[in-house]
Amino acid sequence: MNIEAIREQFPILHQNINGHPLVYLDSAASSQKPRSVIDAVKRYYELDNANVHRGVHTLGSRATDAYEGAREKVRALLNAASAQEIIFTRGTTTALNLVASSYARSVCGEGDEIVLTAMEHHSNLIPWQQVAKATGATLKYIPLQEDGTLRIEDVEQTITDRTKIVSVVYVSNVLGVINPIKEITAIAHRHGAKMVVDGAQSTPHMKVDVRDLDCDFYAFSGHKMCAPTGIGALYGKKELLEQMEPVEFGGEMIDHVDLYDSTWKELPWKFEGGTPIIAGAVGLGAAIDFLNEIGLDEIARHEHELTTYAYNRLSEVNGITIYGPEQDRAGLVTFNLDDVHPHDLATVLDTKGIAIRAGHHCAQPLMRWLEVSSTARASFYLYNTEEDVDRLVDALHQTKEFFGYAIG
Amino acid sequence: MQLDDLYRRVIMDHYKNPRNRGTLDEQAVTINLNNPTCGDRIQLQLQVEGDVVKQAKFTGEGCSISMSSASMMTEAVKDKTLGEALAMAEKFSSFIKGEQVEFDENEDIEALSGVSKFPARIKCATLAWNALRKGIEQQS
Repeated sequence: MNIEAIREQFPILHQNINGHPLVYLDSAASSQKPRSVIDAVKRYYELDNANVHRGVHTLGSRATDAYEGAREKVRALLNAASAQEIIFTRGTTTALNLVASSYARSVCGEGDEIVLTAMEHHSNLIPWQQVAKATGATLKYIPLQEDGTLRIEDVEQTITDRTKIVSVVYVSNVLGVINPIKEITAIAHRHGAKMVVDGAQSTPHMKVDVRDLDCDFYAFSGHKMCAPTGIGALYGKKELLEQMEPVEFGGEMIDHVDLYDSTWKELPWKFEGGTPIIAGAVGLGAAIDFLNEIGLDEIARHEHELTTYAYNRLSEVNGITIYGPEQDRAGLVTFNLDDVHPHDLATVLDTKGIAIRAGHHCAQPLMRWLEVSSTARASFYLYNTEEDVDRLVDALHQTKEFFGYAIG
Repeated sequence: MQLDDLYRRVIMDHYKNPRNRGTLDEQAVTINLNNPTCGDRIQLQLQVEGDVVKQAKFTGEGCSISMSSASMMTEAVKDKTLGEALAMAEKFSSFIKGEQVEFDENEDIEALSGVSKFPARIKCATLAWNALRKGIEQQS
């Protein structure tokens, strides 16, 4: 993998921030976009733009082909059986909310259980809290090991015959833990529960095969994988999606409308009320092409090497605490530096052109589990280099020096 | 952007040695405020007698800017009337956006002037002052 050639394709990376060349270490929050994605969106608006699924005219057909072509690319990316199983959404949050509002509310009742983990992002936590409140179902949490990983014995203990839904993040946005989704899915299915996967941090960085995992639902966002914001998708097994009611009603999603009742289109369109995010879907299709051309296995290998390098180099910094497992982690490192609050750290790094995330990472329960109020996080993608890591480590040393002096 | 403009020695002193950190009894006006975007949180307590803030204390977690700002604010509002405290909160909000403002008796606050050049950090500095406003609203 030629990183320099890859970096050339990301215009945003080639600028100075506060007088220093940009080091972007916040791709877990949102990735940067390659020229091919930016151009695809631009070209769509310049040449093909129209509404989808209704135009008799040529532009309408082109827009529809572009939109449905992107759906097929998502199907192939996830290895879903049919494009009917791919519903475009605004992102992971909307996708998970769709499963919660439609499927979960119809199957959960008093005394039923929804099983989660304490490492969930708020988007895979609050929708289920709302389902529990509305239906009388109980939330249960698979406990975490000291390094933040899950143990299969604990998964087996937590899931019971009363469990209707198990919803777990594939890759933790804080700990970098990669969860054994296939094993958890098998356990969930043994108890008759459905498996939902939050794929926000896995889809951009590794090959995903929903049929191999055998999960029932899988959600992800485009903007973390080189696509524009505002587009993502939900995969659902066809037989489940077919029994689900839409949650948004209006144009695009109807079959026949009467004054007092209406019927819905077939899958996947019954879940896509209103004019969809067509240009976003086109951008997502271009992002999938871009990632496939490099190869997701190649990207995973590069990130693994870089993360190992970063973990080792960061471990050498005095007064640093790194959260999550040492081995088998995804491409991010979450940490704290003694006596320097993460916001202060992020500000100092920003003055040196280095962008990291500081805060609770939309995972407040996990922050409490870690017994911190916030942390700093450096996250990596295909365009990051060892030099980026070196710049980060040097800046951490300078920050410690600065605050050591300032605090006195 | 110069870091020394932001992290003045006075700020780091209030951060390291916060004034009025602690709690007051149950009669005190108590305000809990979070900064949901970053996880900072503050509990501010005001002991109000008649129309006067006799004492202000805080607990919480946050960065050097939010905690030093809380420390300075609790010093500044002591023995002020609710009206004076509110006026000071308004003055602070213009100040933190970069307006030229002086805090005669409480010149430590002026050390926060550099924050206006770091837009992402303004909400850190205003957390304690927003808690103060809320407390005054509750009282009147």
